[in-house]
Amino acid sequence: MTSPSDRKAMLAISDLHARVEDKEILKGLSLEVPAGEVHAIMGPNGAGKSTLSYILTGREGYEVTAGGATLDGEDLLALEPEERAAKGVFLSFQYPLEIPGVPALTFIRTALNAQRKARGEPEITAPEFLKLARATAGALKIDFDMLKRALNVGFSGGEKKRMEIFQMAMLSPRFLILDETDSGLDIDALRIVADGVNALRSPERAMLVITHYQRLLDYIRPDRVHVLSAGRIVASGGPELALELEREGYDKYARAA
Amino acid sequence: MSVAAAIKARDAAALPGKRDEDWRWTDLRGLIRAVPEPSAAFDGELGPGPFDALAGEVVTIVNGRDAVHITVEPAQSRTVALRIVSRGSGAHAARISIDVEVGGRLILLESYEGDEGGYLSQTGLVFSLGEGASMERIVLAADGAEGVSVSQAEVTLAAGAAFAQTTLTTGARRQRLETTVAHPGGHAELRLDGVYLLSGKRHADLTTVVTHAGVDGVTAQLTKGVVRDQARGVFQGRIVVAEGADRTDARMGHHALILSDRAEVDARPELLIHADDVSCAHGNTVGALDEDALFYARQRGIPEAEARALLTEAFVGEVADRIAHEAARDVVRAWAAERLRG
Repeated sequence: MTSPSDRKAMLAISDLHARVEDKEILKGLSLEVPAGEVHAIMGPNGAGKSTLSYILTGREGYEVTAGGATLDGEDLLALEPEERAAKGVFLSFQYPLEIPGVPALTFIRTALNAQRKARGEPEITAPEFLKLARATAGALKIDFDMLKRALNVGFSGGEKKRMEIFQMAMLSPRFLILDETDSGLDIDALRIVADGVNALRSPERAMLVITHYQRLLDYIRPDRVHVLSAGRIVASGGPELALELEREGYDKYARAA
Repeated sequence: MSVAAAIKARDAAALPGKRDEDWRWTDLRGLIRAVPEPSAAFDGELGPGPFDALAGEVVTIVNGRDAVHITVEPAQSRTVALRIVSRGSGAHAARISIDVEVGGRLILLESYEGDEGGYLSQTGLVFSLGEGASMERIVLAADGAEGVSVSQAEVTLAAGAAFAQTTLTTGARRQRLETTVAHPGGHAELRLDGVYLLSGKRHADLTTVVTHAGVDGVTAQLTKGVVRDQARGVFQGRIVVAEGADRTDARMGHHALILSDRAEVDARPELLIHADDVSCAHGNTVGALDEDALFYARQRGIPEAEARALLTEAFVGEVADRIAHEAARDVVRAWAAERLRG
């Protein structure tokens, strides 16, 4: 069996410093996630967890001041958000946006075809798309009629999270970032979402699961757990680290940072 | 004096202007120094209108005409395309009156079609709906960038009549599309919607005045605007609920997206309520495209320009969705999409 460090990193972040307005949030974050692995990032509120997810996906207002991040060796930070998406980067948002007037299916088909076009692939046909959508919705226990409604408008918190996983499954990304995907989910919804995420685990894919609580990691078992505190990774370990954090809290890491 | 009378008298001083409270944002008096010569008759080729394929009959008025009258007989159902065309740089006015008699039904597909001339056009429309009559009026206003265009419709509803209107415009050098409705209540229903999509230096003014005179009247109004460059959008919506017009239900919404620093939107939603037992509400928002939603769409792989177009189309699409006539709704959606993606 190979140890994680022997595999080539799919995502490699080195000494990343980033700020929002005048506030430095990431202060030298380094991390490698090889293909086929699921890494969890845990940390107290304000540690920079969401900032990391937005930096990796290219949101405006986040300025990288030093260091970098690559996907398969390519400079990720130089790309537009849509180019990163076409390369296979997907972020499941902590707070998914409502898109009034755009049915969920229309939005996802537009996204899927835009990604395919960017990769030089042919568009998906309407029948193929609907077939895929029906099968995927069934697996995630999403009522198909919900997909005809404006995306996320009037959806409950749990429905929005399920819709994120639905989009993830439809778009079939290679690098998945889950930002607090468990928040707002009851135990049944959490199980469905986790099953959806686990179904996407494969040797070609990698995942970064960002969470404050250990609960999600009972369902999505990570290969590695990292503790993010005050803008840096301060500890890394196996799944047992998550349990330790659950027992003992983040205090000692907050002090270490 | 009215715009029509000022054109007839060739008296620019008689045009409404910023000193007139209801015209303060659409100043014709200050813009037009002299009323142009009366428009010449036009005998060239017009090309097709936007609704030709949908209507059983097409009425075309080029550069004004004395009067057009249409009567929809009781229980009759008609679909009429009305083309109001301006060509050249003259001044002209047209009068159209339409009676929809008891139980009659009319789909009016109206278009304003201007060229690049500096014309001054006024169109006066009078619609009268009998008991139980219904009318859906869909207006596509495509005036030229140098034209000045005023359309003024007066609607009188009988009890139990239903009038629904959707007006879409790309503005003009200066343009005002005005609708005045006498709402008798008594299960009469009114929908008054609008969309303005403005770029360059264009100006559009959507003004409506609805007077609820009787009990149990319903009015639903939704206007949306998208302005860019140095364009200016004006929305004036007034709903008057007269004394005794109890159980009136009136809702007015106006929402605009301003897509450049130099574009402008002026809005005046007014509810003047003189009755006690009413349910009235209005909402008014003016802002930029939601940057968070834009990032969300881009994160899913939709390129920025396409994401902007998608979100903007969806923003105005809510108005188009309220059109009952399916084929006209498709024409309107396509018309708006073409202009937004321009």
